[in-house]
Amino acid sequence: MKLKHVTAEAKLLLIGIPVLLWTMLPIYHLFLFSISPKESAFAGKLWPDHPTLHNFEVVFREQHYYLNHFWLQLWNSLLIAVSVGALTLLVATGAAFAISRLRVKGGRLVMNLALLTYFIPAAFLAVPMYKTMGNYGLLNNQWALILAMITIASPYSIWVLKQASDKLPYELDEAARIDGASPLQLFRLVYVPLMMPSLVAIGTYALLLAWNEYLYAFLLLSNEKQITLGVALGNFLAADDSPWELLMTVGLIYALPPAAIYYAFKRYMVGGLTAGAVKS
Amino acid sequence: MSTIALPRVEPALPAGPAKKRLSTWQTWGLILIAPYVLVFLVFVLYPIGYGLWLARHPDSYVRLVEDPIFTRSVINTLVFLIVGINIKMVIALFLSGFFVQARWWIKWLSLLFILPWAVPSIPTILSIRFMLNPEWGIINSVIFRVTGLDGPNWLNDPTIALAMAITVHIWKSLPFWTLILIAGRLAIPAEHYEAASVDGASTWQKFRFITWPSMRTLYLTSTILSMIWTLGDFNSVYLLTGGGPADLTHVLATLGIRYLRLDQVDLAMAAIVCALPLVLPLVYFMMKRLSK
Repeated sequence: MKLKHVTAEAKLLLIGIPVLLWTMLPIYHLFLFSISPKESAFAGKLWPDHPTLHNFEVVFREQHYYLNHFWLQLWNSLLIAVSVGALTLLVATGAAFAISRLRVKGGRLVMNLALLTYFIPAAFLAVPMYKTMGNYGLLNNQWALILAMITIASPYSIWVLKQASDKLPYELDEAARIDGASPLQLFRLVYVPLMMPSLVAIGTYALLLAWNEYLYAFLLLSNEKQITLGVALGNFLAADDSPWELLMTVGLIYALPPAAIYYAFKRYMVGGLTAGAVKS
Repeated sequence: MSTIALPRVEPALPAGPAKKRLSTWQTWGLILIAPYVLVFLVFVLYPIGYGLWLARHPDSYVRLVEDPIFTRSVINTLVFLIVGINIKMVIALFLSGFFVQARWWIKWLSLLFILPWAVPSIPTILSIRFMLNPEWGIINSVIFRVTGLDGPNWLNDPTIALAMAITVHIWKSLPFWTLILIAGRLAIPAEHYEAASVDGASTWQKFRFITWPSMRTLYLTSTILSMIWTLGDFNSVYLLTGGGPADLTHVLATLGIRYLRLDQVDLAMAAIVCALPLVLPLVYFMMKRLSK
């Protein structure tokens, strides 16, 4: 019995260890470069002889040609991500409330169109979106990226919020109405408080989507004072002698906030985003 | 980052006041839904219409088909979807079984396992790109230390480079699909497995007769959705190989953007239109599953 238990444990470890290595190796490599002097990083060592925070110092002081606007670009990423999170939440909550609770005419059609949009592969929509933003005169304007990301984040957000709204008992609306509540009061005093967990999940989803986006950001913005940190990272590759240790340091800094936000809101994220995954 | 939505049971519609509703409620409904409708018209409908209009000349398609990169991209895309996605989903199905085991260390591992999906693509893919560098990369350096031989020139051989792009894609999106399939497994009542154990069923029999029948639909839906999204996966190829060497590892997503950057929008749109016969049946399937 004891032996059987040990073999079962060993089998699990035989899966667990490769999974750990597979998952963490690229991320560890990022970290390794950020604490390595250039020569050591390029020597293929698994741990530097003299770990250093020098790379971070160079990045924070913007002491390299590619880093001239590091802080500004970090700020751009933050500003765009927060705007997309807030505005998507506004657009999607309004639509989900109107479709699910107010039963607005044509709501079902709008829901289906949103779902259809959700199934357009992102890189395919990017081509006409780029041309359209040009027609609207928005290229190289951060609003172009914000609006594009709202367009991409909204369909799924509306869908998730509508699913959650449909589960609230309709009697609540009726009781509020009998008490003479207006639609806005119903929205503010009943709907939003009850929907809070889903709203947190969707706000976080849209914020992370915008922070992590590369393709749209790289197409729609090109001025180095407008671009996000992600696009700036891509620009590092333009040179033959890219300062990879600095690139990886910036990359690590860029990857930390979404990881932290994910862990902080994990409770809401996993529940909210895999909601509905399970149905017979 | 990508997310999924799969169907759930539609709650029974409350009977009653739909007809008698005051028109102020309808008015507010229209006001609240208007922002999204506006977003849809201005940033989805108009761009698509405009894009299709740009791709209206048959001449564009002739030039597209004559471009050898296009043919290669179509083949690469099919390999990416058919081989890549199926490998990924089988691994996800297997790992979902691993992660539902109740062990303290598996709980911790599952927290780390999600990282590739939660963090942005660009730093991690560039990190992998350097790991694969034939001279300075950590992988060939380890190969050399262990075997004394030089490792392959990973990104300079189109076949290996495409395989690596698929590997990057799997690395990035495996956690998400594993999470979905874990949710599927957790929904199966534990009594089924207990009863099967009492009857002396083997692990394989439990999978074959309990797990698989209840996960089949979820697995199929996930595979299709993953295929649709992977068609739009620009990062895995562009950031790793840039379409190279010699433009041999492009997929339709990167090819469209390549034409766009070369200011050949009609070709970019034509390439996307050529992908529609592949996309539309998949989307039709998903719409039927989701919009009830």
